Amino acid sequence: MSARACRRPKPDELPLNDTPAYGSTALRHPTQPLVIVPRTLSEMTGPAHGEALIGALDHDLTRQHSGEPLGERIVIAGRVVDEDDRPVPHTLVEIWQANAAGRYAHARDTHDAPLDANFSGAGRVLTDADGRYRFVTVKPGAYPWNNHHNAWRPAHVHVSVFGQSCLTRVVTQMYFPGDPLLALDPIFNSIASERARLRLISAFDLALTEPGAGAWVSV
Amino acid sequence: MRPRPLVSSMRQPTPPQTIGPFFGVLAPNVGTVAIAPAGSPGTRVTVTGTVVDGQGAAITDALVEIWQADAGGRWPGDGEASGVPLREGFNGFGRVATDGTGGFAIQTVKPGPVPGPDDRLQAPHLVVGLFARGVLTRLATRVYFDDEPANASDPVLMCVPPHRRVTLIAVGEGSGRYRFDIALQGAHETVFFDV
Repeated sequence: MSARACRRPKPDELPLNDTPAYGSTALRHPTQPLVIVPRTLSEMTGPAHGEALIGALDHDLTRQHSGEPLGERIVIAGRVVDEDDRPVPHTLVEIWQANAAGRYAHARDTHDAPLDANFSGAGRVLTDADGRYRFVTVKPGAYPWNNHHNAWRPAHVHVSVFGQSCLTRVVTQMYFPGDPLLALDPIFNSIASERARLRLISAFDLALTEPGAGAWVSV
Repeated sequence: MRPRPLVSSMRQPTPPQTIGPFFGVLAPNVGTVAIAPAGSPGTRVTVTGTVVDGQGAAITDALVEIWQADAGGRWPGDGEASGVPLREGFNGFGRVATDGTGGFAIQTVKPGPVPGPDDRLQAPHLVVGLFARGVLTRLATRVYFDDEPANASDPVLMCVPPHRRVTLIAVGEGSGRYRFDIALQGAHETVFFDV
């Protein structure tokens, strides 16, 4: 991978690590200012991941077990593009999520919603030559968390993208349009810029749907 | 020909969000990651540490990502450019979830010096990204090694106030073992970068 620079994001388009409304940040945000350093080859390069990493059903979270998971089938598809709108091919995109009832297949999830033996909730693909990716999954449920009284996370799918270098590495969350919990969510609202927040909300695209699966697009 | 508006093709980046506590379903390595396969040229090293919060409590749900050059100071993927192929299986990347004590261990080869700004060489280092519940934007730092004279002129270390540089330098414990603890807050708060 050849070295690539890219523009620095505007400060109001990044979530603040010191976000008091999100309680877990209190003891986990650096209190010293970040040290501004030159971007070197170390940051302008980044890992490549080969096809060998990807299993045949890693893109389809509804077919990873002997039976079918419960829930509304959805397609999550989109493109990974760079800041000049050029596709980023062959880069690793990973997702993970709660099941349709809002429960993760994870030992630390103590929410009493039911587990689904037919849903692990993890997927990975490499983008194609045009930067496209596509997953089939079920729509995750909202779930409560301990941040504040009667706190509920809006339905979301965690997304991890590598891109061209260490500078483009991003772990984020994809939300669904029209979710009334978004306005109340301190994680979503940790980003000052509304324009930037809206980039985390997927759009419904009828053209992507197939019989039996709605479709949500994220770029 | 009509001039193209300057901003027409610009895309703004998708902002990050916390990795949350449940990324384990991606099945990352827990506690230990091996980056360099057996037989990779270079000096074998193991960097161990603990990730702690502002009260010194172990962070048991962090993900530590590492990117590094090989022992010859080449970045994986740039092998063609240098004309020297990298050893099979070394892709310079690894990630490890902290274990129940907040601990991690990185088994690898010590990277060589790599080019920096103005054709100066950078001291050997690992590029580190840290994700965790309660961390909304990835924290970027580096691991340097305390037995490298080149640290004294490293262009990135030079940006760091002298009294804080110690937080970026892994301490040798003999037999190729180095200690590198990561504190998100507190008296020994690790230096994190705005890159």
